[in-house]
Amino acid sequence: MADTLIRVRDLHKRFGELHVLRGVTLDVHRGERIAIVGSSGSGKSTLLRCINFMELPTEGTVELDGKVLGNERRGRDGQVIREYGESELCSVRERVGMVFQQFNLFPHMTALENVMEGLMTVKRLSRRAARDRANAQLTKVGLQDKVDTYPGKLSGGQQQRVAIARALAMDPEVLLFDEPTSSLDPELVGEVLSVIRALAEEGRTMLLVTHELGFAYHFADRVIFFADGRFYETGTPDAVLKHPQKERTQAFLARFSEFTF
Amino acid sequence: MSYQWDFSGILRYGDMLLIGLFGTVKIAVISIVLGVVVGLLVALLRLSSNPWARKPAGAFIEFYRNTPPIVHFFWFFYALPILICVNLDPFAAAVLALSTQSGAFYAEVFRGGIVSIERGQWEGAKALGMNYQMMMRRIIVPQALRRMVAPFVERSFELTKTTALASTLAYAELLYQAMQVNSITFRPMEVYTSVAVLFFVLLFTLSTLMRLVEHRLSRVG
Amino acid sequence: MEYTWDFGVVLANFPVLLRGVLLTLELWAIALALGLALGLGLGLARVSRRAWLNGTAIAYVEIFRNTPVLVQLIWFFFAFPIILGHQLTPFAAAVLGLTLNTSAYCAEIFRGGIQSIARGQWEGARALGMTYAMAMRRIVLPQVLKRMLPAFTNRGIELAKVTSLASVLAVHEVMYQGRLLSSTFYRPLEVLSVVAFIYFLLIYPGSYLSARLERRLATRD
Repeated sequence: MADTLIRVRDLHKRFGELHVLRGVTLDVHRGERIAIVGSSGSGKSTLLRCINFMELPTEGTVELDGKVLGNERRGRDGQVIREYGESELCSVRERVGMVFQQFNLFPHMTALENVMEGLMTVKRLSRRAARDRANAQLTKVGLQDKVDTYPGKLSGGQQQRVAIARALAMDPEVLLFDEPTSSLDPELVGEVLSVIRALAEEGRTMLLVTHELGFAYHFADRVIFFADGRFYETGTPDAVLKHPQKERTQAFLARFSEFTF
Repeated sequence: MSYQWDFSGILRYGDMLLIGLFGTVKIAVISIVLGVVVGLLVALLRLSSNPWARKPAGAFIEFYRNTPPIVHFFWFFYALPILICVNLDPFAAAVLALSTQSGAFYAEVFRGGIVSIERGQWEGAKALGMNYQMMMRRIIVPQALRRMVAPFVERSFELTKTTALASTLAYAELLYQAMQVNSITFRPMEVYTSVAVLFFVLLFTLSTLMRLVEHRLSRVG
Repeated sequence: MEYTWDFGVVLANFPVLLRGVLLTLELWAIALALGLALGLGLGLARVSRRAWLNGTAIAYVEIFRNTPVLVQLIWFFFAFPIILGHQLTPFAAAVLGLTLNTSAYCAEIFRGGIQSIARGQWEGARALGMTYAMAMRRIVLPQVLKRMLPAFTNRGIELAKVTSLASVLAVHEVMYQGRLLSSTFYRPLEVLSVVAFIYFLLIYPGSYLSARLERRLATRD
């Protein structure tokens, strides 16, 4: 088992004319907790979504557990094209879990069924095994009383916790959080953050894109300030959030001056 | 001006009208079933990523949406036999016209249902490692079906009304039979009013049932 | 499958078809204009609190929506003159039938539009001292017109298709002319295909504009 779980090398992502990711290189070590912060539109979500291939990179490579994903091909003008097969991507997504800003729970299933779904359909567990695991995960996030409730009847914070349980149930090697609390009313943010904190204490490898700088400070081993599609400043939480060296980081943090860490 | 109503003719030839009623129901049911088959096929083509599948399917739908049904009836009865060198009886021509036509509309209902499922559902399913078939089977289609019920039922209702056009091909549905009874009894007021009432009872019952079913199904979701 | 297409008949008799198109347009324009006007009155009746007005309007709407259009046209041509005591020309019967049919659908569109306006609008208007009529005219209807536009354009498209049924009453619109030509010259394939194409040319632009309009209105709100 390699110590470096994910290797991102010179990642570029273009959406038509828009060059969102401009050469990102990143190593994620097993058990590491990385927080990515930055202004909206800087590309931090796109980076996360390239890691589990919800978006396909335009250039560059992503390596998971020592294996570079995709296959190289020579295009007509001799340039290198990377192609990704569906089954390869599906197996990557089994191993890399994602929690979305909009939760994306399945409304036609109860909380329990939501958590069981991936286990039965993708991991092909038996219904009973899936149910047991799902119950355990929902208990872990504090929702054992809501297992038979439909998402429509749950608060935002509860829905996001179900979403976390759903991602956890797949037993992923890495967890990606794409602004998990940005859609929540302020009073519901805390319950989700405490679940994430508990996961952090378990030693899971996690990447968190967030605006919650206070939480990032306490949660992360490493903080990355993202701007203009690439890493702008990176370091320990103290270094980046409390004593930023670079101008734009300082400007960004100044906007959050009312927060104390 | 008092009119002497005389329904005796209707009563005497009532069995002809009943045959017509049966003809209407028969052609409606068969066309709905075949229409669903056509609709599913066309919808799948429309949803395909291959433009060679998508564009012809789109043209098919646009053609049927922008031309009158009666043209289709006449075309299938008079024109198609010349192309395929096979004579079609009124029933076959009417069924062909109705099922292709409803198929085009059903295709839009089916596609509309699928497409209306928000992106986040696709993403949530994808993030769990599901492939396209799994996503469709477990997440997208179950939700889409619920949304398709109302427009599907509405389209089927319209189809049932359109069966009256088969009378122009001399197919023995209700309107045609009414014309026959009229030609025997020469009492158009009684005949056509009665037939209008018969149609009304049939269709109104259908639409009331439809509303009940819709109401029940939307509550469960 | 050897068949030699020959559009000579169509080309030679194009003026005949063109006359048919003119009549189609005439039917459409008259029925739509009158149908909208009548529909507005009926729509207002539908939202009225006077039970007899409301009830009559409901009955009217349900009758026209739950019977096939062709049955309605046949009734107005063959049965209605008997009460009237006076024969109607095919054109008059067709216009009558199409107008009343359109008015029933328009009534529902008006009703839906009016009822969709929040109560607050009514209350604001009344608080200023407006009568019911003033409030309706100055505050409610202007807002409602924009919302109903897509439904009205759809009705326009439906009506354009339904004018083809007037051919059954021997109104010389384009479907009738097509049938006449195809039976006179024994070229149903070419003639009917061209008739279908003519309808498509007439109706598709309407559909396309209607879809664009719907999209524009959807984003604006």
